[in-house]
Order: sequence, then structure tokens, then C-alpha cells
Amino acid sequence: MSWQAILQAGALALALFITVPPLGNYLAAVYGARHGVDRAPGERVFGPVERLVYRTMRIDPRREQRWTAYAASMLAFSMVSVLGLYLLVRLQGSLPGNPGHRPSMSPAGAFNTAISFVTNTNWQWYAGEVSASHLIQMLGLAVQNVVSAAAGMAVAVALIRGVVRAGTNQLGNFWVDLVRTVVRVLLPLCLVFSVVLVSQGVVQNLRGDRVVATLDSGASTTQHIPGGPVASQEAPKMLGTNGGGFYNANSAHPFENPNPLTNLLEIWALLLIPFAMVGAFGRLVGDRRQAKVLALVMAGILVLITSLASFAEQSGNPRLNALGVDQSMSIQQSGGNLEGKEVRIGAAGCGLFAGPTTGTSTGAVNCAHDSMTPLGGLAPMVHMMFGEISPGGVGVGLMGLLIYALLAVFIAGLMVGRTPEYLGKRIQAAEMKLLTLYILAMPLALLGFAATAVVLRSAHTYQAGPHGLSEVLYNYASAANNNGSAFGGQNTATTWYMSTQGVAMLIGRFFTIVPALAIGGSLAAKPKVPVTAGTMPTNTALFAGLLAGVAVIVAGLTFFPALALGPILEHLKL
Amino acid sequence: MRAFVRQLRPALLVFVALTAICGVVYPLVVTAIGQTAFHYRANGSLVRRNGALVGSELLGQTFTAPGYFHGRPSALTDTPIAQVSGASNLGPTSDELAAAVRQRVTAYRAENGLPATQLVPVDAVTASGSGLDPHISVANARLQAGRVATARGLPVDQVMALIAHHVDGRMLGVLGEPGVNVLRLNLALDALRSNQ
Repeated sequence: MSWQAILQAGALALALFITVPPLGNYLAAVYGARHGVDRAPGERVFGPVERLVYRTMRIDPRREQRWTAYAASMLAFSMVSVLGLYLLVRLQGSLPGNPGHRPSMSPAGAFNTAISFVTNTNWQWYAGEVSASHLIQMLGLAVQNVVSAAAGMAVAVALIRGVVRAGTNQLGNFWVDLVRTVVRVLLPLCLVFSVVLVSQGVVQNLRGDRVVATLDSGASTTQHIPGGPVASQEAPKMLGTNGGGFYNANSAHPFENPNPLTNLLEIWALLLIPFAMVGAFGRLVGDRRQAKVLALVMAGILVLITSLASFAEQSGNPRLNALGVDQSMSIQQSGGNLEGKEVRIGAAGCGLFAGPTTGTSTGAVNCAHDSMTPLGGLAPMVHMMFGEISPGGVGVGLMGLLIYALLAVFIAGLMVGRTPEYLGKRIQAAEMKLLTLYILAMPLALLGFAATAVVLRSAHTYQAGPHGLSEVLYNYASAANNNGSAFGGQNTATTWYMSTQGVAMLIGRFFTIVPALAIGGSLAAKPKVPVTAGTMPTNTALFAGLLAGVAVIVAGLTFFPALALGPILEHLKL
Repeated sequence: MRAFVRQLRPALLVFVALTAICGVVYPLVVTAIGQTAFHYRANGSLVRRNGALVGSELLGQTFTAPGYFHGRPSALTDTPIAQVSGASNLGPTSDELAAAVRQRVTAYRAENGLPATQLVPVDAVTASGSGLDPHISVANARLQAGRVATARGLPVDQVMALIAHHVDGRMLGVLGEPGVNVLRLNLALDALRSNQ
């Protein structure tokens, strides 16, 4: 690694250090304000827009919901979104705003795409250049980039309310949380970020492809210069941890990620809100050290995984050395394993993006993950298998780590023989049952479908050897964790993969959110127990270690055998 | 279940309202700002020569003539309606990858008159992430300089100087990696000829 690459990572950390705390405070103010009682920040600007939406919906924003109604609202909204998006992509060929004449999607393709964007996964079986019209990108996909993120943040806030409140069954109002997140948080951030991206070269127009004759007439080729409303989609793609590219190459495409500055800003944007949500949590529970512990665990795992990916890629692919390829780093070249990578980003820059994009549920890529070295590819795969808690998708990442925190206090409670407590709430059988459901949903979908795929002859669309198993594991890990990045060498545009990955995405999203909301409801009803000498503090470094240990053990026990036959075996065979 | 059904009406209404805000108003506002304030960037950083469009400074092109610098191998695929960006996605231990690289190494040495012991820069023999990488490494450009100079009847020193002049360095000194923009370099070569 060059010293510049290390400083680049330092610049990212610094940018987050400066921007996360103020945004966390702002989020806490937005979510802490009760409608009609407190004034949320920016009331003068945003208030009228929100009231207009509430009037359109004919809902009373002051009425709060029990966890069941909150979950029902979230599910109803997701279902309407899936149906709406399904119709849009099915009809795209006959709709206007389609200068490139993209055809309508098949039923299986539309099923997969609709679920993918509504569950904040943004898995793409298709290539944007040939499969999505400008209208669909704006009206369908970009909308879900914003609202699926907002739905994730809303449910995290409901869970926080469950921890904070006592003796009530009210968790807030889903519609208010949803609309506030869109209007007061995501849209203003997206507006500013997309203009910054345009200023650096991300395109923003409504044209189709321009076809030009290339400079070298001997090459006798024409080049398509694509157009599209890219920047306005790129901003929520990163800020909302979505990750679905406008173009097939995603953030490796020069029109999505034109230079090293946009590259760093995109990484910053995808980490910003997940960490800020932790800051908001600290404010809302009134103990910022609790938030620091969670942020420490998130950052610790993130740094380890990102370092592994960066070092592995910068070290290059040993197989190429024997072929007379120079992968060394010098003043004249950045070196490393450059298959599937861009010169302006480099091997280390690929690792710096691959870590955060899989620790959150983003799944945008600035290099081809499938062509990473075995250890370089193992890093993002394992990162997803942690359940995306470092720092996780917007909202749902915090939710995931809070669930792990409950598990950690439970295990600690078992060890000392006391009833476990977290933030003054007793963790009892009801919560533990729901928590088990939460923890089991993702591995069950991932390993279940992956195991079926490898024994089905018709699902054999992966490369030969252990790398093929890595592809299957990676792609189901991506679906079941709502990530969306891919080991793209495998053909997943078959009916089997489009449908099973659609189901895996649904399980990964809703079989975690609904149990978490139920836990929130159950905790809200409990009284606060006073802190005594026997209470285990959860705002200490010791608890951070325990929490990280629990996360590592759960993921390790679940996935190590599969990983041993995939990326680890491939590494040993190098 | 009744609770769920009761939520469908507000769900539908908020879906429509948010689609209007996020899917129509927001992207059109960004388009208006982009087209007014950053017209060149928003439209793809297009490069023209004598009025004719020759490409985008951000997108790599295919060059095969010996008098032009060549860009990186590309996995760009042509379809009847568009060109699809992307990578080869070949795994690190794939035989297909090894075969492709072996063949590219041989071709690179032959094309540039390099000895069989010459190590070839990795960016010259690996496919890029987008298939549209506008850059090559400085090492790659310098190894091609002799060929380009011979084909154009220019002194090698002049071509080397031109390369040095077209390096996009790290931004702010630490961000990203340096590279040579191939299209801009080749346009500069052509401009050299027309000035003589």
C-alpha cells in the first residue's frame, strides 16, 4: 500500500468524523419531535410539504401506532411499492421517456427487480444500458432509492422508541417517520450531493445515447455515449445505501464515478447516515456512551475487513506474475490486481470501496468483485455474512446491531446467572424468541438457497472449481442481506435465480424488520428497572468486546464451513 | 389482517405523493441546475475537434493504429440498442483469464518491439472495471512511446514529454491513482501533426 492510499483512507475517516455528529444530532431532533407538540428543525421549509402529504393521505399525524399497526403500515407501503414498480418495469416498453427503446421486463425479471429495489437491495440481474428507460430510472428506481431507505430508518426509530419508552404500547407513526425522513433528511442531502456529483462529471440529462465515430478510424468503431438522469439517482443510491447502478458497471463507470474525488465522496455518502443513526440513538436514549460502544464495534469490523480487501488487492494476483505481468507498485504505476478495476481508482481504492459497500447494505461497486483475489473477495463476502452491522444499511444496520446487543447481554446474563437488561429493559423469553427468529432468517435463506442451487443441474451457471461456490455463496449472501453487489461472472438472469433471489430478499428484509418491531413493542410495554450494583454496564469497552465477539461467533459458526470450501480453498490453491 | 387492509389506502396515496416528489420534482430540479450551472459536465464532458464530436474525455475508446496510444483491454459488449459497460468478471484462478492475459502479454511485446523478458504493466493486459477506462498507467504509456514515435516520425523525447504533460495526478495529492488520459493524449498527438 502506498502512503497516499493510507492517507486517502484517513481522509475518509476524517470526513466522517466531522460530518457524522452534526447529522446525528439533526436526526435525533427530527425523530424526537412529537407532531404538533415540538417543532422539528426546519419546520418553516419542510412543514408545509409534509402537511400537504398528510392531507393527501388523509391521516392524522398525531396518532401513534402499536407495533402491529406500525408493521402493517410498513408492509402495506412495501407491498404497494412492489406492485407499482412491477407494473412500471413490465410496461416500460410502452411508456414514454424511453429514448433508448428499452423493452419491457419479463415477469420473473420484473418480480426480481421490484422486490430488489423495494427491499433496499438493488440487486440487478439486468444491465441498465439495455434494460431500464430514463422514465423507469427516475419514476421507479430512484423513488425506491429514497423511500426504501426512509422505511428502514423509520423502523430503526420505532425500535429505539421501544427501548426509550416505558409502560406504553405506542411506537410512533410509520407514515410520519417515513415522510419526515424523506422530506427533512434524504431529499435535502440528495439535492446537494447530486449537484456536487454533476459538477465533477456525473451526467444529468434526459437524452438517449449519442453515437459518435471514434478518433481512430482504423478501429472503425462507433462509440455510444450514454445519457440519462444519472446524478439524481447516484445521490440516493449512495446516501440511502441502495447501490443499484444506472449503468451496468455501477460506480466503475466514469459517468457514475468520474474521478478520485467522487470516489471518496461516494464512499463517504454511503457511510454517513448509518453512522449518524447511531449518533441519533445516543441522543435519544440520553447516553452518548452507549452510542460510542456501538459505533466502535461497527468501525472496528469495518476497518479490519476494508484493510484485508485493500491489502489483498494491492498485493496482486500471484497467477499473473508467472505470465510476465508487472503488478508491483512504483512511481509509474499503481500496480496490484487490476482485472476489473479502473486506473484512476486503483487496487487499494477498490478495497476501500468494497469494505464499506458490503458493511452497509449498499452493494454499489467501483470494481468487479468477482475478479478480486480469493482473500480480497472473501472480505466483502464475510462482511455481508455478519448480517451487515458494520455499520449496516440506513436504519436497519443500527437495528441489527441492537439485536446483537440484546443477544450479548443475554449471553452475559447466562454466564453470571442474572436476568439480562439493556438500557433498563429486562430481556426475557418473549424477546429472545423473536431475536432467534431475526438471527436465523438470513442464514437460512442464504445457505438454504445456495445449497439447493449447487445440487440443481439447471442452476449450474457459475465458474468452475471453488470459485464457482464462492459465486453462489456471494450472490445469495448479497440477496439475503439486501446488499445488491454481485460476483457478476455467474449468470443470474435465469428464472431460478431471479425468483429464489427475490424470495431471499423478502426474507432478509421483512423477517428481520417485523421481529425487530415486535421486540420494540414488547420493550416499550416494560417498565424501566433502576440501575443497581448488579447491572452490567453496556457503555464500556468490555461490552464492546463482548458484542463484537458475539457477532463474530454467530457469523463464524454459521458460515465457516461453506467459506472453507469456497474462497479459502481457492486461496490455498493459488 | 383487517389492520393491514386498512393501511392500503394511505399506502397507495403516500406512494403516489412520494413518487411525484422524488421521481418527478427532484430529478427535474437536479437536471435544471445541472444543465444551467454545469452544462459541459452534465452532458457527458464531450470532446469536439473542428466542430465534430469525437468522444467524451471521461470515456475510453478503442485505438488500434500504431500511431495512437492504446487504451486498456475492454469487456464492453455491443448490443443492437446500446453498448453495455462492465468487466470480464473472470475469477482470479480462472483458466480463461490466464489464457487472455498470456495472449495479451505476447501481443503487447510484439506490438511495441519489447524483449521477451520485459515485464508488462498490469493495466495493459487486464480488462478494466467499466470497459471504458479512460486512463492507462504512466509505465504503460512510456512503453508505447517508441512505437508511436516511429509511426509518426517524431523524436521519442517529444512523445515522452507529451505523456508527462498528460498525466492526471492524484487529486489533492492523495486521492486515487495517477494515470494518462488516452483520448486527450492522442488528440494532442494529432494536434502536433497539424501544427507542423
